[in-house]
Amino acid sequence: MLVLALDTSTPAVTAGVVELGPDGAETRAERVTVDARAHGELLTPHLLEAVGAAGIALNDLAAVVCGSGPGPFTGLRAGLATAASLGQVLDVPVYPVCGLDAIAAEASVQAKLLVVTDARRREVYWAVYDADGTRLHGPAVDRPDEIDLTGVEYVAGHGVQVYPDAFELTAVEPWYPSPRGLVLAAADELRSGADPAPLTARYLRRPDAQEPGRPKRVLV
Amino acid sequence: MAKIIMGIETSCDETGVGLVRLHDDGTVELIADEVASSVEQHARFGGVVPEIASRAHLEAMAPTVRRAFDAAGLTLKDVDAVAVTAGPGLAGALLVGVAAAKAYAAALGVPLYGVNHLAGHVAVDTLEHGPLPTPCLALLVSGGHTQLLRVDDIAGKITELGSTVDDAAGEAYDKVARLLGLPYPGGPPIDKAAAGGDPEAIAFPRGMTGPRDAKYDFSFSGLKTAVARWVEAAERRGDEIPVADVCASFQEAVADVLTAKAVAAAAETGIDTLVISGGVAANSRLAGLARERCSAAGVRLRIPRPRLCTDNGAMIAALGAHVVAAGVPQSSLDFSAAPGLPVSTVTV
Ligand SMILES: [Zn+2]
Repeated sequence: MLVLALDTSTPAVTAGVVELGPDGAETRAERVTVDARAHGELLTPHLLEAVGAAGIALNDLAAVVCGSGPGPFTGLRAGLATAASLGQVLDVPVYPVCGLDAIAAEASVQAKLLVVTDARRREVYWAVYDADGTRLHGPAVDRPDEIDLTGVEYVAGHGVQVYPDAFELTAVEPWYPSPRGLVLAAADELRSGADPAPLTARYLRRPDAQEPGRPKRVLV
Repeated sequence: MAKIIMGIETSCDETGVGLVRLHDDGTVELIADEVASSVEQHARFGGVVPEIASRAHLEAMAPTVRRAFDAAGLTLKDVDAVAVTAGPGLAGALLVGVAAAKAYAAALGVPLYGVNHLAGHVAVDTLEHGPLPTPCLALLVSGGHTQLLRVDDIAGKITELGSTVDDAAGEAYDKVARLLGLPYPGGPPIDKAAAGGDPEAIAFPRGMTGPRDAKYDFSFSGLKTAVARWVEAAERRGDEIPVADVCASFQEAVADVLTAKAVAAAAETGIDTLVISGGVAANSRLAGLARERCSAAGVRLRIPRPRLCTDNGAMIAALGAHVVAAGVPQSSLDFSAAPGLPVSTVTV
């Protein structure tokens, strides 16, 4: 089945067409630009280019998979809004995927793995995976030194690039969720045709907002 | 053949989806207007919290689109063009609508138009009162904007004559409501309280009306402070606050300045039509005084019904229809949301 994979949960603007078979997934075409300010601009052009380069039409897609975070808020929403609208017009299911799971699926190290992406404010979004790829902890948002790394051998995700000295682990690619990783992370649901989970963002943080106190005095 | 235009609006706290039919003769007919508002989520903060608004837009977008098509008895496949607010507005909020609109247009294979929110406030009046005579003047008043515009062509040529140098008029309403202990948003409760008050009870200042002030600019920050001082002084004396009089006098000051400047602009430019739109256009004193002064000055006044004055998708669909009818080139799919888009840029 042909699946469109989208992700805007990291600085990468990612779109790709992936063919999911019974035992694996193969990228047919992808367009990726690393620019944290371009999610709203580039995602739709990228997905149209990827579909064109794959030699298919949008109507050939059987499903859409979209990274649902965790990720910095503004960019993250570009991907989810795009995916939801596409699914509505094309009348295909849209599966949200944890972006960290997508990185872990692509890294495929067969050992305990930490995945970290940049959460700004000196924090990272992170999750820890077992040797068989099962997520053991997370996703969560913390400072790098707050994460329990017991038994972890490898680290993937661009959080390593942002905090190069924070992790004494062997760094492996990928840095960003790839279209293939996104599809692999949703492979079971895609193959079984399960009803997709609600397409909601994993923010992991509450909005910054303060309730006002009493109006300020103006007379001195 | 008539065309169906979908309009998407997410510049502030309303997720709006509108559908209009553009007829061959250029007339534009409203066929659906669905809005999901996050206003209640902002109430306890006393103003719109951008991140809360953006989250709400993402959740509301697809369901609001579905409601609009259900209401119209149409399907997405019937759409001939998509218009979306490109700006001005809150960056994160705009981005949700722009991303969704690009995907709708791309998946449907129809042109996309990124359009100006402020121009949409003017264009919406054609849904109610028919084609706009041009040139015309437009006074936009809401929680986010206070602007006096000259409109030579709704699809391409709009000039700002003046705007607020500090708070928007609606913002002043919210702030005054808060210091009087009235709910947010402040427009409706102040209007209601003012009905029982004396507009001449307190002489609040009229901002930017001095001989050296810019003729068509506005200022409401000084007025808000004057109300705060007056209320505080009364509290210190131990007086009971005459809320109705304060509201009526405040509202009078706002309506006086807005209408005086708009009517003066009409006299000076010789333009004989004024459109008042935006959330504050629903204010009874603003509408009443505008009617009085326009009729005395021989100016035709057009105010869309309140539902169309506040932010909605119908205004963006209406503007999109005028842009399509004028043959304006479609937007490129890589355009950016533009939080500070000037009103002179009608399409991006
Ligand atoms: Zn507005």
